[in-house]
Amino acid sequence: MTEPATPYTAGKSATPDASVALRARIPGWGVDLDPKDRPSFPREQPGIATGAHWKFPDRQPEEQPRERSIEHAMLTPVFGTSAPLKGASGAIRRYAYRRYSEGRAAHWLLLIAADRVDAWENHLKSFATLRPDNPLTETGIGSEFSGNGLKSRTGKRVDVNHSWMDPVIVAGPWVLAGVGAVAVLRTLRGRR
Amino acid sequence: MRAMVYRGPYKIRVEEKDIPKIEHPNDAIIRVTTGAICGSDLHLYHGMMPDTRVGTTFGHEFVGVVHQVGSSVQNLIPGDRVMVPFNVYCGSCWFCARGLYSNCHNVNPNATAVGGIYGYSHTCGGYDGGQAEFVRVPFADVGPSRIPDWMDEEDAVLLTDALPTGYFGAQLGDIVEGDTVVVFGAGPVGLFAAKSAWLMGAGRVIVIDHLDYRLEKARSFAHAETFNFAEYDDIVVHLKKETDYLGADVVIDAVGAEADGNFLQHVTASKLKLQGGSPVALNWAIDSVRKGGTVSVVGAYGPIFSAVKFGDAVNKGLTLRMNQCPVKRQWPRLFEHIRNGYLKPSDLVTHRIPLEHIAEGYHLFSAKLDNIVKPLIISTTA
Repeated sequence: MTEPATPYTAGKSATPDASVALRARIPGWGVDLDPKDRPSFPREQPGIATGAHWKFPDRQPEEQPRERSIEHAMLTPVFGTSAPLKGASGAIRRYAYRRYSEGRAAHWLLLIAADRVDAWENHLKSFATLRPDNPLTETGIGSEFSGNGLKSRTGKRVDVNHSWMDPVIVAGPWVLAGVGAVAVLRTLRGRR
Repeated sequence: MRAMVYRGPYKIRVEEKDIPKIEHPNDAIIRVTTGAICGSDLHLYHGMMPDTRVGTTFGHEFVGVVHQVGSSVQNLIPGDRVMVPFNVYCGSCWFCARGLYSNCHNVNPNATAVGGIYGYSHTCGGYDGGQAEFVRVPFADVGPSRIPDWMDEEDAVLLTDALPTGYFGAQLGDIVEGDTVVVFGAGPVGLFAAKSAWLMGAGRVIVIDHLDYRLEKARSFAHAETFNFAEYDDIVVHLKKETDYLGADVVIDAVGAEADGNFLQHVTASKLKLQGGSPVALNWAIDSVRKGGTVSVVGAYGPIFSAVKFGDAVNKGLTLRMNQCPVKRQWPRLFEHIRNGYLKPSDLVTHRIPLEHIAEGYHLFSAKLDNIVKPLIISTTA
C-alpha cells in the first residue's frame, strides 16, 4: 500500500540526490558537515591557549570611583573609562548600581531613565558652548536627500506603519523644549 | 583625534577627543583604518541599551595599525596591521579558559550577565569604540590578530563581528545534513548565517525579511529562498505550509531588539523602552520551528525582560541556544573558507562613509535608505 500524502506519518520527504545537487550548486556546501568539527564545539572547551600570560591580570588603576554591579565580588581588573558618572544622571546611575542587582527591573529602568536625563543635561550644557547641539546635522537627516529617502520608503515595508512616529519622537522633545522656553520668557516679560 | 560621539537618541556628531592612553600594561592603542556600523549599533543609537552615556564613541567592528603598546604586551609591535574581535576579554578567567570569550568575567564591572564589548554602552563595560581615529584595545596579547597578508582589509573588518556571528548562529542551530533552516532577518548577520547553514549541510535555507532589496541579496549572495513577511497575513502559517506543516528543523533569529511586524511589541520595546527588545522575530522563530527543533538567537537583545512565548518553547520541546559570538574561536576556520572562496564577506559592503559623515551613515542605516546592507567607516587618517 502506498503511504498517504500527509505530514502526519513518520517518514521524511527527502530526495536522495539532494546533497549531490546542492554540492554542485552552492560553493562549499557541506564542508562543515560534521557537527563535532565546528569551531565552537564543544561549547566549553577547557585548556584553550588564549595568549594570556597571567593567572590573574594586573589591576588597572581606579583613578576615580568606578561604579560596578553588586553581583561582582570586586571591581574587575580592567574596565572602560569612556564616560565617568557626573551630574544628575550620574547620581541616578550611582543609585541604580549601588542599590539594585541586575536581576531587578528597577536597576535597568533607572539606567534607561538616567540616559534620558543625561541627554538633556548635555543638550542644555551644549548651549553654553561654542558648539551647541544641532538637531539637523546630528540626526544625519541630510541623507534623506542624498540617499534616495523618498524612493527607499516605497514598496512593501512594514516599518511604514510606525515611521510617522519616528520624527515625532526625535523632534518632539525639541519642539516641546522650544515651546517651554517661549512660555518661560513670556512669563518673565509679563512680570516686568 | 576625530571621533564619533553619541549626543542622545538619534543624535551623534564628530568631535575632537584626546587620543586614548595606555591604562593597563597589556593595552595597545590602535590607529583605526577601517571600521563599520553594525546593526546592533542602531540599538544604541536609538537609546535602547541601558547606560549609553553621552560622550561615548561607538564601534565594535574595526581594523587598524598598532600605534603604541603597553609594557607587558609581547605579541604585537607598533606598525602591525591587526583585526580586533568585538569581544573585550582577558583570556584567563573561568569563562575565557573554556573558550567563552564573550562571557569574560574580568572586563565588565557594570554587569555580570554580559562581557565587554567595544563602544557598546556601560552595560558592556564602558569602553570607547572604533568609530574614531584611535582606540584603546585591552588585553592586546589575547584579542587582536595580525591580518594575514593575503586578506583584504574589508574582509578583515567583517571578520570582527558580522561574519563570525552569522556563522556562529548557524553552529548554534546544530544543523545536520538535509535540515530546513529558516533565518529571520536579512541584514549582514542573517545573510552570513544563511550562507553558513549551507556549509554545515542544510538541505533548504529560507530567509525572511520585509525589505525587498535585502531579500534580493539573500537570493544572490546566500542562495536562499526568500519570503517578504509583509506580503503574508501570517508568516508563521506560511512557513508551516512551506515545511510540510511540521515546521523548520532550525530557526535562526538574526533580528534582535528592534523587530518589526507587531505594532504593540514594537511600540512597547523600541519606542517606550519597556522591554529588552521587541521579540517578534524570536516569537515567530519559536512558532515556526518544528517540535523538538532548535532556535538559535544571535540578534542582540537588551537586559530588560521581553515578552517571549516561553510556554510554547517548553511545550514544543525546543532547544534554545544563544550567545554573543566568541569571535576568535571562529577565525581559523573562517580564514580557510575565505581562502577557498566559499565566503567573500566584503561582497555585502554597500557603503563606504568617511568618519566625518558618520551621522548621515547612521541615518541611512537606521532608516534603511539607498539599499544599504553594510556601511563601512573610512578613517580620515587611513
